[in-house]
Amino acid sequence: MSINERVLSWTEAELGVEGRVLDVVRAPAHVLSVPGKDVDPAAPETVQLAADLIATMRVSPGCVGLAADQVGVSARIFCVDVSTHVKTRTHHGTYVLCNAEVVEASRNEKAREGCMSVPDLTGDVKRASRLKVRGQLPVTGETVEIVTDAFEARCLQHEIDHTNGLLFIDRVAGAHALHQRQTYL
Amino acid sequence: MTIHAITVLGHDRPGIIADTTARLAGLGLNLEDSTMTRLRGHFAMTLLCAGEATTEAIQADLEPIASDGSLTVTVYELPEEQAPAAAGQLFVLSVHGGDRPGIVSTVTAEIAAVGGNITDLTTRLSGDLYVVVAELELPADADVAVLEASVKRVTQELGVDATLRPIEADDL
Repeated sequence: MSINERVLSWTEAELGVEGRVLDVVRAPAHVLSVPGKDVDPAAPETVQLAADLIATMRVSPGCVGLAADQVGVSARIFCVDVSTHVKTRTHHGTYVLCNAEVVEASRNEKAREGCMSVPDLTGDVKRASRLKVRGQLPVTGETVEIVTDAFEARCLQHEIDHTNGLLFIDRVAGAHALHQRQTYL
Repeated sequence: MTIHAITVLGHDRPGIIADTTARLAGLGLNLEDSTMTRLRGHFAMTLLCAGEATTEAIQADLEPIASDGSLTVTVYELPEEQAPAAAGQLFVLSVHGGDRPGIVSTVTAEIAAVGGNITDLTTRLSGDLYVVVAELELPADADVAVLEASVKRVTQELGVDATLRPIEADDL
């Protein structure tokens, strides 16, 4: 798996602003069900939102990604950090992507996933385990491509779904694929 | 050989399945299709069993399970059923949104209107969030786009969201 060194070396220090911890909204909040608007990666409000997403992700136990709609902002931006997760193979550390889209997806695998915005349910969802995603970094607006696998691939697809107004509930594999959460982090 | 439908419903505790199925095995009944799950602390199971035991014999053998009043057991003999017709188009329908009366009835009416058959359905209430996940068999000639549009229309009226996706079966 080829690592994108630019993304791997990215840190929130590039944002140059302090992140604020925001409240995470829960379904059935309407904002979670509408496609987000494209963002200007260089706009001050985008940069602040990027910092806020990371700050909120950091203080949320078990959180490996957070999208803007989860803090009540209908915008196509999210942060990810799967670097310490046990299911991770390839990873690119902490980063924020703006206006991201899936370019290539293959090797579907089913796994159970949850979401901070649906805290009491989990679902079995089939997602690609090999993935190429294209998006823009905040501040500079550089377009980057991330090729990844396993848990980072799942996380990216989950977050990109958020930017398109979709929850994992929209993708559960069947009537027996939705579960009451048994353990909380 | 007869088929019996047996339901056990009540307060969940360890050992319900072990106890029930041991008694059925003791009667020489073969456990065929079944569903067993926990619904808000209640345990619910429906079993289809094949064998020679009579309804009365099964009821008598399962009576101790329900003797403390925490479980309700029913036993019915089922008539012969024809094998299901060849499957049409298979879909998963997810519906979620704020809880309110009528979500399931409204959405399933749209499916029934095109001759669709719901083969499995789960609902979950989680705080204010109500979720329905249904597996559907649609007639081969059903217009999926029309159904999707009608489901979207009624779910928008209810203020909830719906996603209809084909079920992918990977034959290996």
